[in-house]
Amino acid sequence: MNQSPLISLNDITKSFSNGTVALRDMTLDVHQGEFVSLLGPSGCGKSTALRIIAGLAPATTGTVSWGDASGMEAEEASHDVSFVFQEPTLMPWATVFGNVFLPLKLKGQSKAKAREAVMEALELVGLEQFENSYPRELSGGMKMRVSIARALVTRPRLLLMDEPFAALDEITRFKLNNDLLELWQRFNWTVIFVTHSVFESVYLSNRIVVMAARPGRVVDDMSIDAPYPRDEAFRTSDVYSQHCREVSDALHKAMDSYQPGVSV
Amino acid sequence: MSQLDTQAVSGDVALIDPVEVARARAKRRDRVLQWLLPLVIFALAIFIWDRLCVWNEIPSYILPRPGLVWDTLITDWGLLSFSLLNTLKITFLSLALAIAGGVGLAVMFTISRRVEMSLFPFAIILQVTPIVAVFPLINIYVDDQTAKLLLCAWIVAFFPILSNTTLGLNSVDHNLRDLYRLYGASRWQTLWHLQLPAAMPFFLGGLKIAGGLALIGAVVAEFVAGAAGQSSGLASRIIEAGYRLNAPRLFAALLLISVTGILIFFSTSLISHLVLRKWHESALKREV
Repeated sequence: MNQSPLISLNDITKSFSNGTVALRDMTLDVHQGEFVSLLGPSGCGKSTALRIIAGLAPATTGTVSWGDASGMEAEEASHDVSFVFQEPTLMPWATVFGNVFLPLKLKGQSKAKAREAVMEALELVGLEQFENSYPRELSGGMKMRVSIARALVTRPRLLLMDEPFAALDEITRFKLNNDLLELWQRFNWTVIFVTHSVFESVYLSNRIVVMAARPGRVVDDMSIDAPYPRDEAFRTSDVYSQHCREVSDALHKAMDSYQPGVSV
Repeated sequence: MSQLDTQAVSGDVALIDPVEVARARAKRRDRVLQWLLPLVIFALAIFIWDRLCVWNEIPSYILPRPGLVWDTLITDWGLLSFSLLNTLKITFLSLALAIAGGVGLAVMFTISRRVEMSLFPFAIILQVTPIVAVFPLINIYVDDQTAKLLLCAWIVAFFPILSNTTLGLNSVDHNLRDLYRLYGASRWQTLWHLQLPAAMPFFLGGLKIAGGLALIGAVVAEFVAGAAGQSSGLASRIIEAGYRLNAPRLFAALLLISVTGILIFFSTSLISHLVLRKWHESALKREV
């Protein structure tokens, strides 16, 4: 990790007009190819951090800088980001194809020219049969796959995911966890993944940033050095539970450090 | 093996839920009754109307028998169809203008909050002031008969489209809005690909109301304008027939207006269904 980071947050603070400090002095370097989880209780600013990285919300103080590894301009690089929301966030009036085509359409590509890229993204998530279906015809897990395909279609360098699987049942979530890991290894993306699940963060990431609330801040930065590929065997292994214990302890320590008088 | 299969099949047959079967039958029955009941009641009402006229020996200039109304409709068809066409012309022209004006203004409102703040109060004033009270003014300022009626019907019809479409354009999912921003969508792209489709169900709801209101506007305007000659519509026929105690023709004209209103309602409902059936909750059938 001696290359320069893909993206750096430098002393990011975000406060809202009502005085809430959502995030205080957050500093974080993320390198190319890392799978970083931001883990913490609700109100710890993890989603806010993600929105700031995506450029959807401005930081109150501090800067976000993009690495110059590929010689890209910062402005250009910041457009090389995809975002997966907690809800699938699909347009109900458009077909699966139309939804995945959207990012390319907004960039001015014609349908014919984008067709190959869209179908490839759909194949990656196993939905190439459903290009003409409407979102309402799909299950929750399939909708999330469409949402992921839409994020992949632009070949982003950085994939931001805001609790994408939180609303899904456990079986679907495990399946999507595995699929995501496989895609990540295949394409060597950088992923920043927001979650409140210790088990999900340990399973997926090679690095976990533990955050605490009021004010939102980073309290720990742990590396999960278990080798990939990780599969169902890893989910029940001793190494896995050992890591889960450590991360869980760190999280509890972070929650105990609440300022007195503040109820949880 | 084949024995096992038949067993399994017969087992399945026995497993059909009698409650579900009863429910399916009730649903089928409801579907038939939905059409049958109104038709039967309607026929019954016409029959009683006819009998009341006969039993009480009501003269036809007070209450004509339904058969006479029908005959009048056919014998006076030349006159009535000419008036119907005039009323239809005003109704659909004003509805088209209401759509253009309502959607156009709504789009302007979403593009600029300031425009909305400045103009929305005027839209409300236009809406809440009874058109009958405003009409004498319009009568003074506008010379052309058709323009007069159009303006009147337009004022009545455009507000539901404006307010519904404005609501629709502003009720876009926030995450989708963020997504468009993230991918660098221009304002027009956001409007065209995101806000307008999202507003469609709201717009169509407004259209259903506006369709009926345009007809009401067209008829009311003609009543107060007291039109005559070339541009006279069904309202003029009704007034005229009222003066001459020609009740059968009055009823025939009334019948035409009702049927027009019903057809407008069904066509706007059909348009709404066709546009939304693929994706919107309101147009979906659910399996219980």
